[in-house]
Amino acid sequence: MAMDSLSKEKFEELGTYIDSLPSKKGELIRVLHRAQGIFGYLPKEVQFFVARKMDVPTSKVYGVVTFYSYFSMTPKGEHNISVCLGTACYVRGAEPVLEEFKKQLGISCNETTADGKFSLNALRCVGACGLAPVVMIGDKVYGRVTKDMVKDILAEY
Amino acid sequence: MARINSCEELCNVKAKALEQQKNQKITILVCGGTGCKSSNSDMIVKNLRAALEEEHLTDRVNVTMTGCFGFCEKGPIVKILPDNTFYTEVKPEDAAEIVKQHIVNNEKVEKLLYKDQITNESIPDSKHMSFYKKQMRIALRNCGYIDPAVIEQYIREDGYQALAKCLTTLTPEEVVGMVKASGLRGRGGAGFPTGLKWEIASKYDADEKYVVCNADEGDPGAFMDRSILEGDPHCVVEAMAICGYAIHASKGRVYIRAEYPLAIKRLENAIESARAHGLLGDHILGTDFSFDIEITFGAGAFVCGEETALLHSMEGSRGEPTTKPPFPAESGFFGKPTNVNNVETYANVAQIILKGADWYRSIGTEKSPGTKVFALAGKINNVGLIEVPMGTTLREVIFDIGGGIKNGKRFKAVQTGGPSGGCLTEKDLDTPIDFDNLVAKGSMMGSGGMIVMDEDSCMPAVAKFYLEFTQEESCGKCTPCRVGTTRLLELLTLICEGKGEMKHLEELKELSEVIKDTALCGLGQTAPNPVLSTLNAFYDEYLAHVVDKKCPAGACRKLLSYRIDANKCKGCTLCARNCPNNAIEGKVKEPHVIHNDLCIKCGACMEKCKFGAISKG
Repeated sequence: MAMDSLSKEKFEELGTYIDSLPSKKGELIRVLHRAQGIFGYLPKEVQFFVARKMDVPTSKVYGVVTFYSYFSMTPKGEHNISVCLGTACYVRGAEPVLEEFKKQLGISCNETTADGKFSLNALRCVGACGLAPVVMIGDKVYGRVTKDMVKDILAEY
Repeated sequence: MARINSCEELCNVKAKALEQQKNQKITILVCGGTGCKSSNSDMIVKNLRAALEEEHLTDRVNVTMTGCFGFCEKGPIVKILPDNTFYTEVKPEDAAEIVKQHIVNNEKVEKLLYKDQITNESIPDSKHMSFYKKQMRIALRNCGYIDPAVIEQYIREDGYQALAKCLTTLTPEEVVGMVKASGLRGRGGAGFPTGLKWEIASKYDADEKYVVCNADEGDPGAFMDRSILEGDPHCVVEAMAICGYAIHASKGRVYIRAEYPLAIKRLENAIESARAHGLLGDHILGTDFSFDIEITFGAGAFVCGEETALLHSMEGSRGEPTTKPPFPAESGFFGKPTNVNNVETYANVAQIILKGADWYRSIGTEKSPGTKVFALAGKINNVGLIEVPMGTTLREVIFDIGGGIKNGKRFKAVQTGGPSGGCLTEKDLDTPIDFDNLVAKGSMMGSGGMIVMDEDSCMPAVAKFYLEFTQEESCGKCTPCRVGTTRLLELLTLICEGKGEMKHLEELKELSEVIKDTALCGLGQTAPNPVLSTLNAFYDEYLAHVVDKKCPAGACRKLLSYRIDANKCKGCTLCARNCPNNAIEGKVKEPHVIHNDLCIKCGACMEKCKFGAISKG
C-alpha cells in the first residue's frame, strides 16, 4: 500500500473532523463519506482508524462500508467512468456501451486500469433519463452515448 | 438578509417581489435541471446576459435559471415570458440571436421553435404543445418557473403562506384534519394515506419527534424527487415545517442520495436562506413554533427507500429493514416517533393547506385524489417529467403527452413501479391510472417511473434485468429475498440463454409466490412482480425461449443466429476478415457462409457488411 495515499496529514484531517462533531452518535456514515473524500477510498487502515475514533467495533465499520455501494475499498482511477444502467438507459442500449468501455480499457466493472488512469463502474440512474444512455466521467455527463463514441470519449483524457 | 418576523412582513416581501416582476417586462427562463445543465445551459445563461448587456436591456429583461421544465427530450430549453415562447435544443451560440431577433426585433426565432411531431409545424408557445395540454401541475408548479436559489421568488408564488396560515389560524389537529380530508396518499409507492400517518405520529407523546423526508430516489428511471428538489426546494422545506407543527416535532431530516449533487446543493441553499429569513429555526414568523432541518446523505442502497431501513441508515448503520409494527410513527429515528414522507408527497402539502381539502379532492379519482408526477422514459418520443391528474389513462400519457413510440415502432409494454412493479400492455392502455387500478392490473404506482418498451424489447430479458437489480440490492437479512431473488435470477438466465425447460416456468411462478408471501420488507415482497407480470402477459415469449430456443425480439444474444443471404452477398470477404472467431468461410466474389457452431454472436459481421446481406433471427 503506497504510504503517500495514506499520509499522516490525511489521518490528522479526518481526526480533526471527527473531533469537531457535536456528537458521534449516529454519525458513522457521515464520517465515512468524509473519509472517502479525503483518501479517495476506504482501505482497512482507515476503517480501523474510524472505528477507534468513533468508539465502535471495526466489524460495524466494515459492515457499513461493504453494505453501501457508494463506499469503495479499492482506489479509483484518476478518471472514474460510470455507465448508467438504469432502466431508461438499459432499454436505450447502455449495455453495448458498457461492453465497449470494457473492451477498450481491458478491465471489468469495479476495476482500475494498470496505469491508474481510468476506473470503470456501472451505476443505477443519475436521473438524466432524457439523455439516455448516459455516461459520467468525473462530474462531466455524456448523453446519448453510442458504442462508436466510446473511443473519442476516452481520447479526451 | 432581513428576518421575516410576522405574516404581515411575509406579505410585504411577497408584494415587493411581485412589484419587481412587474417592472421587468420580459423574463427569459433557462432550464437548469441536471439534464439541461449537462447540455451546457450554464453557458446559455452567460451568453444571454452578455448579449443583453450589449443591447443595454438588462433593466428590462431578466434571465432566470430555473428547475426542470420536464421536456428533457429536447433540452436545453429556453422559455420566454410573458408570451410563453418555447425554444428547444438551444445552444450557447444561439443566445445572441434570441436577444437580437426575439427581444429587440420582436420576431420569434423560427429554427428554435418546437415542431409538432405529426404536422411538423412550428408551435409558437408552450400552451399549444400537446406535451403540456393535458398536464396539471401541483407538485411541479414552480419547477421551470422560479429561480430555486432565490427565496423571494418562492415567496412571490405564495411560498410560506401555508406555513403562516397554519401557525396563526389553525391548530395542529386542524392541520392534520385538512391533510386527512384531502385524501392525499404517499407518493413514494405504497400510497398510504398521509393524513393518517401524521395523525398517528401526532398522538404519541415524546420529548422529541422527527419529520423525515425520504429523498432516496432509488428506482432506476424515476427522477421526480430530484427535479422537485432542484427546481423548487422551498416547497419541501415549507411542508416539512408544516408537518412539524402538526405532529409537534421540532426537528426535520432529509435523507438524500449522494448521487444527486445538484439537488443537494439547492436544498442546502434553500435551508440556509429559510433559516436566514426566520422561516426555519427558533420562533418562526414570530410565533412560538421552532423547527429546523438537517440533511443526511445516503450511500447507495436501494433498500434504504424502505422507511425502517432508511431510519437505520440515518442512525449510521447498515440500512436493513425491521418488521413493522412498531411503525416509525411510534418508534422511529433513535426510537422517537417519526413521520416519514416522500419528496413528492410533501410537495403537495402547502397547496392543500392554501386551497383546501375539497379543492384537492376535486382533482383525480375518488380513492386517489390529486395529481401524480411520472418520469416518462425509454422508447418514447418525449422523454421527460410530467404531472397529470390521477385517472388519466396510460394511452393519454404515452401517446398524447409522450408523443408515441420512437422511430414509428410498435408499442409493446410500459413498465410502471420500477423493480417493484410490472409490465402493462396494449389491453391496459385505457385503464385510468390510480393506486388501486395499477395494483389490480398486476403492477403498481411505485414512485412514478414509466418506462416504455417497443417491439425490440425482450420481456424475459427485461424481467432478468430487474431481478439483477433486486438481487444485487437485496440487503440479505431475510432468506426469501436473499436466496429467492438469486434463484429467480438463475432461472431467468437459463431461459434467456436457451437452456430453459418447461419445468423452469412452473418453478419461476411458484418461487415468485413464495417470495411475495414471506419476504420481510417491500423490496422482497415486490421483487417477483416483474417476473409474474411478464409471465402473465407475455407467456408466449417465454415459450419461444424455452421450447423453440428463439428470442422473438432478437435481444437475447445466446439465442440469435446470423445468416448470410447468398443473393445479396458479393463475396467481398469483409465479414470473414472481421470475424473474431473465424466462423465465416467463402472465396472472393462468392457468397460466404457462417458456421453457427463457431459463431460467438458478436454481430461484427452484420455491422461491417456494406450490402445488408447479413441478418439475425
